[in-house]
Amino acid sequence: MRELTYLQAISDGIIEEMKRDPNVLVLGEDVGGEFGGAFKVTKGLAARFGDHRVLNTPLAEQSFIGMANGMALMGLRPIVEVQFADFISTGFDSIVQSAATIHYRFGGTIPWVIRAPSDGGIRSGPFHSQNPEAWFVHTPGLKVVAPANPADAKGLLCSAVRDPNPVIYFEAKPLYRSLRGPVPEGEYLVPLGEAKVVREGCHLTMVAYGAQVPQALTAAEQLSAQGIEAEVVDLRTLKPLDFDTVAESVTRTSRVLVVHSANRNVGVGAEVAARVAEDCFDWLDAPVTRLGGLDTPIPFSPPLEDAYRPDAQKIAAAARKLMSY
Amino acid sequence: MTPAKDPIGTELHKALFSKPEPAGTRLTDSLRLDLYRWMRLTRTLDNTMVTMWKQGRGLGGTFSGRGHEAISVSMGLALGPDDLIAPMHRDIGAYLVRGMTPARVFGNLLGRETGPSRGRDANLHGMGDLSLGIVGYVSHIPQQLPLSLGMAMAFKYREQPRVALTVCGDGGTTTGPYHETLNMAALYGAPLVLIVENNKYAYSTPLHQQMATFAIAERAAGYGLTARTEDGNDAEAMYLCIKQAVEQARAGKGPSVIEARTMRMLGHAIHDGAEYVPQELLEEWEARDPLILYRRRLLEEGGAEAAQLDEIDAWAAGEIEQAVAEAEAAPFPDPDTVTERVYA
Repeated sequence: MRELTYLQAISDGIIEEMKRDPNVLVLGEDVGGEFGGAFKVTKGLAARFGDHRVLNTPLAEQSFIGMANGMALMGLRPIVEVQFADFISTGFDSIVQSAATIHYRFGGTIPWVIRAPSDGGIRSGPFHSQNPEAWFVHTPGLKVVAPANPADAKGLLCSAVRDPNPVIYFEAKPLYRSLRGPVPEGEYLVPLGEAKVVREGCHLTMVAYGAQVPQALTAAEQLSAQGIEAEVVDLRTLKPLDFDTVAESVTRTSRVLVVHSANRNVGVGAEVAARVAEDCFDWLDAPVTRLGGLDTPIPFSPPLEDAYRPDAQKIAAAARKLMSY
Repeated sequence: MTPAKDPIGTELHKALFSKPEPAGTRLTDSLRLDLYRWMRLTRTLDNTMVTMWKQGRGLGGTFSGRGHEAISVSMGLALGPDDLIAPMHRDIGAYLVRGMTPARVFGNLLGRETGPSRGRDANLHGMGDLSLGIVGYVSHIPQQLPLSLGMAMAFKYREQPRVALTVCGDGGTTTGPYHETLNMAALYGAPLVLIVENNKYAYSTPLHQQMATFAIAERAAGYGLTARTEDGNDAEAMYLCIKQAVEQARAGKGPSVIEARTMRMLGHAIHDGAEYVPQELLEEWEARDPLILYRRRLLEEGGAEAAQLDEIDAWAAGEIEQAVAEAEAAPFPDPDTVTERVYA
C-alpha cells in the first residue's frame, strides 16, 4: 500500500469527500487560492474544485464558524480550518452555544467538521501549541476525534464529514511530516467512537491519543527490552469515548496509565481514570496513573517545553513506577 | 451622525415621522388587512402571555415584544415561502406569520411536549421549525447573525433565489460577531437581510451608554451593505423597506441592514419593572403604538371599516384563548426522553 505523511493523509481525505459530495466545501483563514493554508493541508484544492468550494475568510473565527453553522443547517458539509487549535477559543460561542445545542433545542442538524491543528513540541509557545480538547469533550452535542496515524487521519476525517453532528477534529501538528504510514486509496472510513489496541501487552494498559500514541509505542518498546509488555490503546475518538475497549484491556493487565499532551488537570485522562475506577475497580492491582502536560501555559524555550510535555522517556518512567506498585 | 445631545434619538424620530411616504407604494387592501390581522394576533398573544405570567400561570421568565409588532409581522410577510428567518424573542409576529401556531408558542412557553423545542429550550428561545423556515435563537446574541449569513451563503453556493433574514437589537450591534458578520456579508455579497430593532435599551442600559454615536445604519453602510433607518412603528413603512431589502438580496444585489427605530415598552423580561426608563419616553411611544397608529390609518384612508377591524380583534382573542387552553392541557415531556436528541 502507498505510504503518505499524516498531513498528506488529511488532504487525501478532504479530496475524497469533496469528490464524492458537492455539498462538501472548505473554509477558513488562508485556505484558498494557491496558498493552501498555513500548513498546506488545502493546497491545490481551489485549483481543483474552484474558489467557491475553498473559501478564504477574514480573521473572524466566531463568525466564520457561525457561518459554517448556517451552511451546515442548510445541508452543506463545511470543513472548517482554524489555523491553530489555539484560535478555536475565539469561536467558542459558535461551537458550544449554537452548534452543540441546536439539535437538542429544535432538531436542526449541524454536520460540519472543524479541523484544529493542535499540540506542541515544535517550539511554538503558548498560543501555537495548545490541546483544548477537554473543553469540547465536556460539551454535550459535539463529537471529538484525535487521530494518531496517517490511515486514521484519513478514515476519521471522512467519517467526520459524513457524520450528521458537529465534529471537532484535532490533528497533531508534531505528526504532520514526521509520521508516514500506509493509507488506503479511495473511500476509506474509520468509524467514530471506536478505540483500537495498537500494541498488545499483558502487564499494563497505556491509554493515549494523538501525538502521544507514537510516544507510548516508543516507550513500550523500551519497556519490552526490560521485560515489561505494555498494551497501548489509541482512543482515536474522545467523544463518544469507547470505554469498552479500555475496560476490556484493563481486565487483562490490571494496571492503567493514561497519557495526553494536554495539561493533566481535568483533562480527558481524568474522565478515563474515573471510569476505570468506577467500572474496573475489582480488576485493578494499582492506582490509575495519569501523565499529562503541566498545569501551566505552554512554554516556548526547549528546556521549559520539554519539562511541560510528556514524552516516551516520561511514559516509560511512569510505567516502571506503576509496575513497582 | 446623530448628535450625542439626543441620547435616545427623539429628534431623529421626529424627523422620521414627518417623512413623506414614497410615491406609488400603496399596499393592496388585502395586504393591509394581513398586516393588521397578524399584528393584532401578535399583540393579543403578548398581552395574554404577560397577564398569565402576572397571574403566576407562567413558567420561568418570558419576554414581551409589545411595540415591536410592525417589525416582526413585516419580516414574516416580506419573505417568500422558501426563505429562512432567524428571529428573536420580541419577534413573535414573524413566527406566527411563518405558520407557527399560537398553541405551539404557548406550548414552548409552558415547557410542554407540544412546543417546537419539546420542553428543551426556555420560553421563547429555541423555537425553531425548519419546515416553516424558522431557526430558533440562542441567548448569545447575535449568534443568529453569522448563522444566518451561513444560510444565505448556502443559498448562494447552490445558486438558489432564496434569502436569509435575521434580527438583533441595539445591544447586539456592540458585539464582535455583529461587525464580523456585516463585513463578511458585504465581502461575499450574501443574500442576507438584517433588521436591527433599536428599542433604546439593552436590558437597563440606554443607547447613550452603549455607543458614542448612534450611527447604526452609517456603520453598516461603511462595511458596504445597503443600510437605512426606518420608523419601526409604522407598519407599512416597515413592510415596504424590508420587502425592498429582501428583493434586492434575492436579485443577487447584496445584503442590507435596516435599523428599525422603536421602543421596548415593557422590561427586558417579565420580572423587570423597567423603572429606569423615563416615563415621558414611554408616554411618547405609547402614543405611537403601532397597532393604534395602523388602525387609525386604515380607518382614515378607507382601507378597512371599523366593523372589519373589530371582527379581526375578536377573532384574535378567540384564537389566543383557544391556544392557551390547548397548551395548558398539553402534556409535559416524558422525563425518560431527557437524553433524546442530543445527537442526530
